[in-house]
Amino acid sequence: MSLLTDRVASKSKGRRLDLSPYLIGSALGVLSWVAFAVANDPLGVTTGLSRAAQPVAALIFGEKAAATNPYWAPMPFSWDYGVLFLVGLMAGALVSALASGSFRFELVPRFWRARFGGSVVKRFAAAFCAGAVMMFGARMAGGCTSGHGISGTLQLALSSWIFLIVVFAAGIIGSRLVYGRKGAS
Amino acid sequence: MSALLPLIMGFVFGFLLHRARVTDSNVIEGQFCLCDFTMMKVMLPAIVVGGLGVLALIHFGQASYHIKDANLLGVVLGSLLFGGALVFLGYCPGTVLAATATGSLHALAGVAGMIAGAILYAFSFSWIKSHILNVWALGKLRLPAMTGVPDVVWLVGLGILGLGFFAWLDRGKAR
Repeated sequence: MSLLTDRVASKSKGRRLDLSPYLIGSALGVLSWVAFAVANDPLGVTTGLSRAAQPVAALIFGEKAAATNPYWAPMPFSWDYGVLFLVGLMAGALVSALASGSFRFELVPRFWRARFGGSVVKRFAAAFCAGAVMMFGARMAGGCTSGHGISGTLQLALSSWIFLIVVFAAGIIGSRLVYGRKGAS
Repeated sequence: MSALLPLIMGFVFGFLLHRARVTDSNVIEGQFCLCDFTMMKVMLPAIVVGGLGVLALIHFGQASYHIKDANLLGVVLGSLLFGGALVFLGYCPGTVLAATATGSLHALAGVAGMIAGAILYAFSFSWIKSHILNVWALGKLRLPAMTGVPDVVWLVGLGILGLGFFAWLDRGKAR
């Protein structure tokens, strides 16, 4: 039950990472105002990331296959809003980690080690596969935790609330099945 | 539009994700074992504060809705795949990118997987579009229009219920 506390000491947390989650969430809400009013494009991650996959596909399957693909054709890759947002996102996380002294290399996270052991190869293979399934699912659903989970739900969109509720239900049931009653911690 | 705007917005987003500790996969996994509600505590005010502000912006003609289609079969199947993958990855797409930048090398394998998943999706898009995305396609539906309950009531109600729930969870805890 001590894990319920927000500020429980943990090796993986930096010392200055104790801002209230409510404060941070509210700031993300204000960031959404900017996204709607100034950029006229809600915050999201997977649309930009799926477009960044186009040049990778062009390398593997050829320029023509990537350029004429019906998914990418209406929104070909370019260094525009959705893609630059992701560059900024990584820079922001890096600066925060360095500034708070919590940057550290992690090969196998604690939750994974407790259930599946310390094999780096196993963890990397599973992360790759889970990433692929996650992206496929996000694209089929039309968004992710950002695009649906925040930007869509704040507009009270039916699709986004279904997404959020099904993801949490699947996650909670999945966590119980995979990690057991005590969970992944 | 200036290239600076999305860079700054992304920077703020990534910075805040890290400060909220959701770039730590243990925190995300903690949410799904119901041991640590940090993820929900970040999302709730983002939805309520964001929603009230965007509602006002739209009311005064400064913004417009960007609603994703309720293709129910696609949304439900996609969400199930997403939620299932989340259990193993320990990140969602935004946090996996952010975590990569904070030194989590296994998150990089997740990002590579997401690129592969996007390519797989792009090459199966024609089939999915004509067999899945068109099933139970209800269009751009919003809860207020469907129920007659106004936006403000939804958002404020959600905020009160959520904060009440978190207060109940954290009862008796010194803060």
